[in-house]
Order: sequence, then structure tokens, then C-alpha cells
Amino acid sequence: MASLEVNIHNLKLKNPVLTASGTFGYGEEYDDFIDVNALGGIIVKATTPEHREGNPYPRMAETPMGMLNAVGLQNKGVDYFVEHIYPRLLKYSNYVIANVSGSTVEGYVEVAEKINRLDHIQAIELNISCPNVKEGGMAFGTSCPSATAVTRAVREVYDKTLIVKLSPNVTRIEDIALAVEEAGADAISLINTLLGMAINAETRRPVLSTVTGGLSGPAVKPVALRMVWQVAKAVKVPVIGIGGITTAADAIEFMLAGASAIQVGTANFIDPQASVKILAGIEEYLYRHNISDVRELTGGLVL
Amino acid sequence: MKKYILDLKVRSNRRLNRNHNLLELGCINPLPPMVPGQFAEVRVDGSQTTYLRRPFSIHRVDRAANTMHLLIKSVGDGTRKLADLEAGDSVNIMLPLGSGFTLTRNARVLLVGGGCGVAPLYYLADHLFRQGNKVDILIGGRSADDILMADDYRAFGTVYIATEDGTLGEKGMVTGHSVLKNKELSYDMIYCCGPDGMMRAVAGIAEAHGIECEVSLENTMACGIGVCLCCVVETHEGNQCVCTQGPVFNSKQLKGWTAEVETGCSLDQ
Repeated sequence: MASLEVNIHNLKLKNPVLTASGTFGYGEEYDDFIDVNALGGIIVKATTPEHREGNPYPRMAETPMGMLNAVGLQNKGVDYFVEHIYPRLLKYSNYVIANVSGSTVEGYVEVAEKINRLDHIQAIELNISCPNVKEGGMAFGTSCPSATAVTRAVREVYDKTLIVKLSPNVTRIEDIALAVEEAGADAISLINTLLGMAINAETRRPVLSTVTGGLSGPAVKPVALRMVWQVAKAVKVPVIGIGGITTAADAIEFMLAGASAIQVGTANFIDPQASVKILAGIEEYLYRHNISDVRELTGGLVL
Repeated sequence: MKKYILDLKVRSNRRLNRNHNLLELGCINPLPPMVPGQFAEVRVDGSQTTYLRRPFSIHRVDRAANTMHLLIKSVGDGTRKLADLEAGDSVNIMLPLGSGFTLTRNARVLLVGGGCGVAPLYYLADHLFRQGNKVDILIGGRSADDILMADDYRAFGTVYIATEDGTLGEKGMVTGHSVLKNKELSYDMIYCCGPDGMMRAVAGIAEAHGIECEVSLENTMACGIGVCLCCVVETHEGNQCVCTQGPVFNSKQLKGWTAEVETGCSLDQ
């Protein structure tokens, strides 16, 4: 049996398969379908300082090999998370990672501080890349100074593993990656959704209530792969690859491009067992290629 | 209720009219427990334009035969692929999803279905009949050809029909049928599924007579299990997922559905 363990800063993941925020609820929604503890970890739905109702319906449009969403960070706020949701996460023995969002630097700091006190959560993923909120979110992740400011402010109050999740909606993603690394990020995950749009030709109206939304699914995979490759070359911290990963081959491609771990996102919607199937497929690949340690894959691209 | 992901076999596929099929599915093991009003998410294979699963009401469950039925309306390439399935084909399905209808006993109930909105009502009528309820069923459609399997419902109660062109039953909209026009309308519960406007109208009539009304909603969704938060409906307790907190709602839960005065608070912009 090959070793599947990978390190993301201080996290020793038993395997490189994680689930992406917003596509896996709080884990429990998948308990009927898989053993959630079999995964390296889960990144739970984004938490903001305040309760958010999210955007009006319709929030979703199916697109070729993917979907647009405009959920708008619907969640009950950090205090509810700490009091009601966190206790339900204690049953998971793998890593539970919180996704932190806000509309101001102070908001991000408030959520990070409160989650810092939770023993069972060893890492946060800083969401500076949500395209579906009017303030904050992606606005922080699309310029170096604002990405630096929010990362630095959170770094000051958060002493465990800090992952920063990047937006692909930028001209040079390496620059943002370097900025957040410099500001204290322990790891970088990418990509969040690509800003897109859908129109109903019959009604001449936009499909989404917000007009634009975030594209995910296999349609974004080549873009995500390219960006992971660019960022992994630029930074020293570990990179977590996200973007349309549906099969074990997809996951391995991201690792070859430089990712130390991967997140399964939209695929969870089509097959709630996708994450564990990808894990089994990675093991099968290692066996077939006679590789004893999954970490050999990271950056193993042959040019 | 525990959810399952299963590969079921198509036992039969009956074409009901130009764009509706009745798909009978079964498997070797007993089908999981499910209740009227719940739904299934079906994976569509072989359709280039269909990425997400498609939700369908659980139309019938035949425990003796260990089969279940889905009523498929062909509206796009994905549903057409499902309508083209043949006996012996495999279907990957997640079920049972969502919450069901409130099930009364020994009561007088009215079921109102419009078009393919009858989909969840067969299983409901079957169950309510067995529980000693007196069941009336009102089915509406554009034309006689749109009234699906009306005879099948007669086993459970009295069937009333409305067609817009008058080719079957009373002429006009289902909401204008004499059953609903009755000034003395008195049921213990009205269950309704159909187009949005029809459900709102039926809910309004029910409210005017002080009758509880449950409606089954069909918002577009991705996951079906309360994760993606795409299928939300505005309720008096905030946005709720149709896939987990519904698809069945009491019409009084839904914001803007009943006549009560809105409080005037708006969501943050």
C-alpha cells in the first residue's frame, strides 16, 4: 500500500482528498452516502460574521459541463456556527476546515478570531474570492493590496493553519498568490468560481436573479489546472487544487501541476460518492504506476 | 429518513401522451422506505446538455411488485433521454429526498393537480385512501390529452376534471371548477401540485375557506440534499431549501402566498 499522507503546513492529512466549501454542507448531509472520515478532510460552508439570507431565487443555471451559482454566502453567521454547528462537527475525526468570509476586514477578523478558539478546527480557508456578494468576497481577492490587507489582519488573530482561497477572476493570479504568501498565508487553495452569466433567449432575461454568477464544474477544469500550475511555480507554500475535479485522473493532473492536495466540489452534487471514488482511484493509480508515496505526484509534470 | 443512491432497472416505460412517460423502476432488494411527497434525483446519462441530476416526484410505489414509478415530462434533452429508456436499462437514482405531505386519517381531503403536477398525487391518493380518508381528486389540463391516467385515480375516490378547451370534464381552468367554486367548500386539507400560478390560486381559495393547504414546489436544484442552497424559496422563516425543507410546504409558510399583511422588512440589499 502506498502512503497517501500529505502535509499542508501543520496539517497531516491522511490523504490528499478534501471537499470544497459550499459543495459539502457540514459533512453530515453526506453521511448516508459515504464514510466522511475516509477523506483527508472537509471544508465546510462559508461562515460570515452575520446571518445572511443570500440572494433571491433563481440562484442556479445549468451550463455546458457545469453550473453557475449565485447563492451569496447564505449562512446563519459565526455565532450560530460556534454554538449549533460546531458541536455536530466533533464526530469527524479527520480535518474539519472552516471557510471564512466577510464584507469588511473587521468582519473576516471577527469570524477568524471566534473560530480560532475551536479546538477541533485546525485550519481556516479565507474566502477572498466569492463572486456573488456585493461587498467583500471577491473584491478582496482581485487586487494585491486588499488581498494582503485581509490576509495580514487575519494572520494576526489566527494562529493555526491559514489557507487563502484565490479568485480566478484576475489578470495575473501569481501576483495575488505571492501577495498572500508574503502576508502570512500557510497554504493557498484555488480556484474559486469563474464569473459567468446565463441568458434565457426566449424571455430575453438573465437566468440568475443577480445576472452574473460563479461558474464551476468540469467546464472550468482546464483554467483551474493552468492557474494551479502558475501559482505552484511562484510560491513556496503548499497549493490545494480546486476546479471541476470529477475523477481520480483529474485529481492526479492537479497534483502533477503542483498541488499537494485537492478539493472535490461540484462533482459532489452529481455523485455524492465522488470524493471517495476519487480517493480509491488515486490509490489504484499509485499501485498501477508503482508509486510508493502520493507526494511524488506533486509537481511531477514532465515538460 | 435514510437516503440511498441506487442503480435501478427499468421494468417498463409507458408513453402516456406526446410528452409524458411513466417509467417503472425496480431492483432485486426491497426498495427503501419512502413517503408520499418525497422525490428522487435521477442521473441522466448520454445527454451532452445535461450535467445535473433531474428531480422527479415519487409517483407510485408498489410494494408487492417492489417497483416505483416516475412520471417524466419531456421538456429538454435530458428528460427526453429518460423518456427513451427501455426495459432492462439501468437508472442511477438518489432517494428518498425531501419531506412528504402531512398524512391525515379518516378526513375529507381534496387533491388538486395541474398538468404533470399530478406526479406526486397518485402515491398520496393511494396512501390517503388506505388511511380511511374520503378523497376527492381534481385534475386540470389544457385538453383531454393532458389529463393523465385519470381513471387510475378512481380507485381512491371521486375524480373531477377541468380542461381549458372543454374536451373533458368542465371547461375552464382547474381553479374555476365547480368543486373549488363551491361557497360551502369544506375539506380538512387540500393538497396541490401544479404550475405556480395554479398553486397560489388554490392556496388562496383554501385560505378563504379556512382550509389548510399543502403545495409541492419544483424549484431548479443541483444537489437535492440541502447542500448547494440553490433551490430556496422565501418563507416567513427566511430562505428554505425546497429539496430538504420541502418540496411540500404549507402555503401559509410561503412568503407572498397568502393575504396577510407584509411586515415591511426587506432583506439587506
